[in-house]
Amino acid sequence: MNLILLSIIKKEFHHILRDPQTLTIIIFMPVMMLFLFGYAITLEMKQIETAIIDEAKSNESRAFIEQLMATDFFRITSADVKSNQIETIFKERKARCALIIPYDFSSALQRNKKVKIQLLVDASDPNAANFINNYVNQLNLKFNLKNNADVFIPFSFEPVMLYNPDLKSYYFFVPGLIAVILLLISALLTSIAIVREKERGTMEQILVSPVSPIQIIIGKTLPYTALGFLDSIIILLFGCLWFGVPLNGPVLLLGFSLILYIITGLSFGLLVSTISKTQQVAMLAALLATILPTIMLSGFIFPVASMPLIFQYLSLIVPATHFLEIIRGIMLKGIGLKELYIQLGYLFILTAFLIALSIKKFSRNLEG
Amino acid sequence: MNPIIIENLYKTYGKVTAVNGVNLEVRPSEIFGLIGPDGAGKTTIIRIIVSLLNPDRGQVLFKGTPIAGNMSFVRTQVGYMPQRFSLYQDLTVEENLDFFGDLFNVPKNIQVNRKNNLYEFSRLGPFKSRRAGALSGGMKQKLALSCMLMHEPDVIVLDEPTFGVDPVSRSEFWEILKSLAKKGASILVTTAYMDEAALCDRVAFIFNGRILGMDSPDKLVSQIRDSIYLVNSDAPHLLFDRVSKSGKFKGCELFGDGVHLTDSDEAGIETIKDILNTMAVSYHKIKKIDPGLEDVFLKLMNENSL
Repeated sequence: MNLILLSIIKKEFHHILRDPQTLTIIIFMPVMMLFLFGYAITLEMKQIETAIIDEAKSNESRAFIEQLMATDFFRITSADVKSNQIETIFKERKARCALIIPYDFSSALQRNKKVKIQLLVDASDPNAANFINNYVNQLNLKFNLKNNADVFIPFSFEPVMLYNPDLKSYYFFVPGLIAVILLLISALLTSIAIVREKERGTMEQILVSPVSPIQIIIGKTLPYTALGFLDSIIILLFGCLWFGVPLNGPVLLLGFSLILYIITGLSFGLLVSTISKTQQVAMLAALLATILPTIMLSGFIFPVASMPLIFQYLSLIVPATHFLEIIRGIMLKGIGLKELYIQLGYLFILTAFLIALSIKKFSRNLEG
Repeated sequence: MNPIIIENLYKTYGKVTAVNGVNLEVRPSEIFGLIGPDGAGKTTIIRIIVSLLNPDRGQVLFKGTPIAGNMSFVRTQVGYMPQRFSLYQDLTVEENLDFFGDLFNVPKNIQVNRKNNLYEFSRLGPFKSRRAGALSGGMKQKLALSCMLMHEPDVIVLDEPTFGVDPVSRSEFWEILKSLAKKGASILVTTAYMDEAALCDRVAFIFNGRILGMDSPDKLVSQIRDSIYLVNSDAPHLLFDRVSKSGKFKGCELFGDGVHLTDSDEAGIETIKDILNTMAVSYHKIKKIDPGLEDVFLKLMNENSL
């Protein structure tokens, strides 16, 4: 019994180590993806292309513009625009917002009269539009407070940002990316593991032996678990050292959750593998079935709580939903087993279910 | 007791009947050849024997035990070599042997001895650290055979083991099979090569899922009482076409070396020459030959299709 299992594990390790191409992919793909996603997916906005229509053309208006340019937020791409050109500028995507300083800007300021600066925002990207609007409002508040310090404001909110005081989106995305990448890699790794043997005919040979489906499934999962764990450590190191994401919680629990999560992915890949006929089909199925739900339904970007109810239920069977809560909780909030045992339980049940299903679906003969 | 007994076996794939009522027995320590062209149903029968396929009807007794419901028994006991090369190409010769030794739970200390014996008789010893994928066709087949022998099965089932292998390696391979049978192994082997059929103790001809005839090669050949003549020609296809259409001979078959004519009326070589001349076909040589297994197979095939 043990000898058989051991022989399959040994054989799988040989396969892995003798295939330098796959090995390279396994080690470099996650790092590459982390960098790609890490820099591409960001909600922080900087360098917003801005057009300025300065109808006042006074010292005050120039000082105001200077102030705007000093921030990192605006980047003035067109100055001195005629008001009838604004639409063209938006259509040609030369600017995402435009500020129109009225001709009476200086005189109004001097007479302490209220003056309105018009802000035009390209809202075809509503998120960005909102962001610009909020930023300008804050600017407005600051500017007014500075200039009219004696105005009485009845109350104000004093926000304190917990767990991510600088609101860095890396903190949010890097743990999420670990969840996406690990699931993808581990599902891909095993998705071809059994189909490949079917395609090459080796399955026909080893089926006629005392080996049982359990031994084949376990024997194929274990080596890849080690590989997946290596991957997760690489990603974690890059996340912590390069992106500066903190690791506040218990490392041991994180390690354990990682292994559990990797096995979830591997067992999903195995299930795909047992029911697919060709390697291509298996890989495609593994890709689609991991990436889409993980990105859309797990809370990776969109919070689960704001989804329609049916999607909220659906998200419960997406492993990443639970793993995201675990990894964000451990890394950012520093929480432990006491707060996370439900999520771990979910992951465990999902994994056990997937493995049991792949063992059941594993065909012991060549029928069908 | 006969190690493999097949009773009234049927198997269909959709509308195609692959095995159509086959009965056969493999006797202890004999080499039994299942001979037939591609698509005759050989592989299906083999796969049913090793429990990889389920028959629609009929049963297989393996060492007296029905296969149905005793999958593990068969799979642990039988030595099976599939049609395609089914070893791990990225493992070395030795790693493949070790893997199959472990897979069949052979204790490590016994494995060492067996490996050495197998290296010796397969002459793979010098190549033991070479990857299986880098071996020649003949060596691959010998490695596949060796891997299968790691658990020393006494019933061996091989599906076209010499397919696509060069003639020298083929005869070497058959030497090994002979020596295994001599040591007591019962061997069921399929092949499409007639020269290999002659090396078996007994053969069964199979065509369209049916057994056409079954006996020792000698006895099968002795079924043919008529004289067979070999006619050489530059245009054997034309000759074959004209003669077979004329219906003047009971048998007319196209072979690699020429056209075989069956002279059932004992007309004699001169009469045959006359007949051929009236048909205006050119040939350069005609001679009487001893019938071979292929003649028997074709005769049986023609009789069955009538």
